[in-house]
Amino acid sequence: MSAPIDMRANLAGAQLPSPILTASGCAAAGRELDRFFDITEIGAVVTKSIMLEPRSGRATPRMAETPAGMLNSIGLQGPGVEDFIAKDLTWLRDRGARTVVSIAGGSVNEFGELAARLRHEEGISAIEVNISCPNVANRGQVFACDPMSASSVIHAVRRNTSTLTPIFAKLSPDVTDIADIAGACVAAGADGLSMINTTLGMVIDTTTLRPALAGITGGLSGPAIRPMAVRCVWQVRQALPDIPILGMGGIATGLDALQFLLAGANAVSVGTAVFNDPSAPIRIQRELAAALADRGFESVADAISYAHREQE
Amino acid sequence: MTSNTDRERSKAGALQVKGEILTIRRAGDYYVIVFAAPGVAQRTRPGHFAAVAVGGQPTAMLLRRSFSIHQVDTAGALGGTVEIVVDAHGAGTKWLVERKPGDSIDVIAPLGRPFSLPKDPVSTILVGGGYGSAPLFMLADRLRERGCRVDLVLGAATASKLFGVVDGRRRASALHVTTDDGSMGTKGRVTAVLDRILDDYDGQVIYGCGPMPMLSAIAEIAQNRGIASQTAVEEAMACGVGVCMTCVLPVRGTDGITRMVRSCTDGPVFFGEDVRWSDVGTVPTDCLGAPIAQPESSK
Repeated sequence: MSAPIDMRANLAGAQLPSPILTASGCAAAGRELDRFFDITEIGAVVTKSIMLEPRSGRATPRMAETPAGMLNSIGLQGPGVEDFIAKDLTWLRDRGARTVVSIAGGSVNEFGELAARLRHEEGISAIEVNISCPNVANRGQVFACDPMSASSVIHAVRRNTSTLTPIFAKLSPDVTDIADIAGACVAAGADGLSMINTTLGMVIDTTTLRPALAGITGGLSGPAIRPMAVRCVWQVRQALPDIPILGMGGIATGLDALQFLLAGANAVSVGTAVFNDPSAPIRIQRELAAALADRGFESVADAISYAHREQE
Repeated sequence: MTSNTDRERSKAGALQVKGEILTIRRAGDYYVIVFAAPGVAQRTRPGHFAAVAVGGQPTAMLLRRSFSIHQVDTAGALGGTVEIVVDAHGAGTKWLVERKPGDSIDVIAPLGRPFSLPKDPVSTILVGGGYGSAPLFMLADRLRERGCRVDLVLGAATASKLFGVVDGRRRASALHVTTDDGSMGTKGRVTAVLDRILDDYDGQVIYGCGPMPMLSAIAEIAQNRGIASQTAVEEAMACGVGVCMTCVLPVRGTDGITRMVRSCTDGPVFFGEDVRWSDVGTVPTDCLGAPIAQPESSK
């Protein structure tokens, strides 16, 4: 019998027992999923993006199913950072789960304030900066789509976060050159990169003859976007050989997760698959371990970027 | 630690099980699916729902379909059986009703907050619109066990869209039927007969399950009479387990503050007077965290 696979993952210094994490916005703050599997057994819980103040989110309909995917337009509904710390973060800490806190803001200052507020909270393995938010000061243009805006946000978060806590910039695929934005974020102090966020899409209801979502457009996620996500990870890995990458986009099986590792991800997030199967993260973790063993890998680390190797 | 968390998980209501399909039968325009679901029947209360994965694996249809639990049988073979009622109107539900006995479906149940039962043996009215009546038969049984009078009102656009007329006659104290086209029972909406029944039997609680306009009308009638109403809402859900935030509606809390709450975990049953019926589908400006003047985010 072969030795068990070394499943440990390292995300810019955050040591995780497994490379499987949840994805922001697809796991709330872990509690609901803990009914279906032990959330301390996966790498970490990535929380739904939190903002400074409570936020109602958008009107309904907020969701439309699409082929091998879905559109969502939630509008960052959440209780605000104080309530999040008091209830969700405390619960995750008491539960013994590792936590990556996702933050979102409408201005560079809001991101900075959020980071400062979280700075002295214990039990945060990393901060994921959701820069796919409209910049109020720049006619609502999404931070992640402009290298200058993206780097201003990352700079503000980095300045207000302990150097012991890695920060990950979450990149949008809706850009001309994702490696450009990646480079700007790293230059501004990002310790790692999460990719990809959803890609903007739209569905028109052919009965009502109007957009299916109240928010008109929504973020497309699920297996439909997986090839796009793998491509983004590949391109950024080519451009930035040493930057830690948290890969995501349509991962539903262990083999899907393996694709991301091979493309250059150091760990992965499981998002929309959770809506289909709330125990998907732990299942994918088991499937990945088996897939690695089948291919003769001894550890997760050995598989990272393996698809980039020279031709034999 | 493991035993501790195992205990916590088993204590929580919902189970994710592979359910073996036992029978699928037609009932008017609907289908009744009976499946074995080990452990689910014992935990189910009237108003709970089940979230079913559709399309097999791998599937292009990612989102679970949610159904009120119609019946459970704890004595059945295979660890108990569960029944749901399906209207095969889309690709996912069509796939579901085309399953054969012996096929397996991935089910999460029981989910949500069920109906609560009155302490005293008061007179109750149960109102079901279309196959929204599915959970009301179990509810009728529980209420009658407590000595409550149960008037069951079944309404639909037309006779073939009624669900449970035969069963209802047997299990309620009295059955009342309405159809919009008059093809069965009283012609008109359920509200056409509600006032009379409430007057005749001094109804103290109205329970409703069905389309939102019907629930809104029930809640209003209850409120005008100063009696209680409990409504099981129908909001589009993606996950059914509380993580996706798509099935929200504006509901007033005990603190008087309106929040966008999840119908899957805070509901599907709400007290009628708490739901902001005329604001469903919107974010009321006085809702906690409602947008002020700033543009919203892209997701």
